[in-house]
Amino acid sequence: MIEVRELTKVFDVKTAVNSVSFTVEKGEILGFLGPNGAGKSTTMRMITGFLPPSSGTAVIGGCDIVGDSLNARRKIGYLPENAPVYREMRVTDFLNFCAEVRGVDSGSQQARVDETIEKCFLSDVRFQTVATLSKGFKQRVCFAQSILHDPEYLIFDEPTDGLDPNQKHEVRLMIREMSAEKAIILSTHILDEVDAVCSRAIIIANGKIVADDTPQGLKATSPTHGSLMVRITAEEPNALLMLLKAEPGVKAAEILEQSDRHARIRIFPENPDAPPIADRILAMLSARSATVHSLLVEEGRLDEVFRAITTS
Amino acid sequence: MRTAESIRSIRAIFKRELAGYFGSPVAYVFIVIFLLLLGFFTFYINHFFEMGQADLRSFFEWIPWVFMFLVPAVAMRLWSEERRLGTLELMLTLPITIFEAILGKFLAAWAFLGICLLLTFPMVLTVLYLGSPDMGAIFTGYVGSFLMAGAFLSIGSMTSSLTRSQVISFIIAVVICLFFILAGYPPITEIFSGWAPKWLMDLVAQMGFLPHYASIKRGVLDVKDLLYFFSVIFFMLAVNGAVLENRKTA
Ligand SMILES: Nc1ncnc2c1ncn2[C@@H]1O[C@H](COP(=O)(O)OP(=O)(O)O)[C@@H](O)[C@H]1O
Ligand SMILES: [Mg+2]
Repeated sequence: MIEVRELTKVFDVKTAVNSVSFTVEKGEILGFLGPNGAGKSTTMRMITGFLPPSSGTAVIGGCDIVGDSLNARRKIGYLPENAPVYREMRVTDFLNFCAEVRGVDSGSQQARVDETIEKCFLSDVRFQTVATLSKGFKQRVCFAQSILHDPEYLIFDEPTDGLDPNQKHEVRLMIREMSAEKAIILSTHILDEVDAVCSRAIIIANGKIVADDTPQGLKATSPTHGSLMVRITAEEPNALLMLLKAEPGVKAAEILEQSDRHARIRIFPENPDAPPIADRILAMLSARSATVHSLLVEEGRLDEVFRAITTS
Repeated sequence: MRTAESIRSIRAIFKRELAGYFGSPVAYVFIVIFLLLLGFFTFYINHFFEMGQADLRSFFEWIPWVFMFLVPAVAMRLWSEERRLGTLELMLTLPITIFEAILGKFLAAWAFLGICLLLTFPMVLTVLYLGSPDMGAIFTGYVGSFLMAGAFLSIGSMTSSLTRSQVISFIIAVVICLFFILAGYPPITEIFSGWAPKWLMDLVAQMGFLPHYASIKRGVLDVKDLLYFFSVIFFMLAVNGAVLENRKTA
């Protein structure tokens, strides 16, 4: 378990991280969300022991990162922001160096390095120097370094930053595959990523936690959560809209776009989590001989929630 | 237990750093410049051959001045580069202490300078050819030079931890090295001897490299002088560690 207790970091006059507390259990992937400058990297730097906290601490698997730093750091795998790697080293040399410092048993060291190289799709570049690698490969080399010693706790600062969509997909797959027996924290400002990999999300703004929930839970706070979106063709869409509004269980309805007889309508139910009203709406529409092209129940959108929370 | 681990970490960093030197062309350029400069000063300025003396006195005379510029050039990238490229974050989140990281890097750079010194062996062969030199004095001369290289290096390592800029690190290091050379350098002490109190003069002179270096290269390996150089190294590396501990950022 990673236990973050009231971590605070003050830079000169600026409070970059303000009394942040949370815990992450094994099996969880915690998404650390926030706009640029929110304090994500600073928090991670304190959890990994790179920056001393101004106050508060983090306890990693029972070891305090301030009081028992070495043992805490031993349990962590860390991918810093921008994936720094020694440029003049070859990929294998770099990973062997990390394995050696980490005290990976020297008999199994080469096997571990080889295995990690396989896992991170680095076989083709293993003898290349890091300086000659593209951004995506560099990111993966640094990622490889973080999982090399099979740590129980993983901390990734923007692991998919600067990768192309295929590479993003691969990295997310790798993270998800590992999650069963590890506790993982990853920071991002890409909201799709939270949906794709995280079991829980914390939103941080101006150094403070402003939301802590599952991605579903967060989306449920979106104003469009549970609303119905229908595309129809009808004689008189406006007349239909009036009827829809009068339907029991409907709180509001609006036409989002209309051209002639085609329209896209959004319907807000009285209670988004009550039994669905979709079938009644459908029956009503076909009774009025409107053609329904599509009907969609919105889950709610993370970006709306994110914007609402972080700009208020 | 912890000692074995310490040694393992220091050795891993040492190996990585030393391989780094010989993996880059800069190291070879450095070696060539070092040898050319020393050769130029010793043979050309000091008229080595015309003096007809079978010793390396003039060679060792020049070493502090050459080191004053070249050692900070070796040291300047030690920490500045790690800070600039962000690899410091990688290094300091590994399960190693700052002390181990500093020592690993320092020893690798010192070994590199030791190799540079060893590559001046043709000088020794030359004086052996010219006559029968005092081999003891030559040996202690090399020991003294190596110790001074370490002291300069510790200064450069410390200044390099202060900044991300190698140039700034280099300049500060040269200034500090210059202070350590000039403290106790007779032409300078004479200027001050008129008005500065005697005890202060003595104290500053005791801090200078040259008196200690001079007695070593005369062939006397005094514990006092060895202790002096190791204290300078220890002090500078301790400051280096404090700077890294208290850094606000990468
Ligand atoms: N070394 C530093 N000195 C002063 N301010 C800093 C330093 N590092 C970060 N900050 C400030 O702290 C805030 C949080 O930064 P950071 O943690 O990098 O944000 P994020 O990773 O969420 O984008 C920013 O406003 C940033 O300018
Ligand atoms: Mg960041």
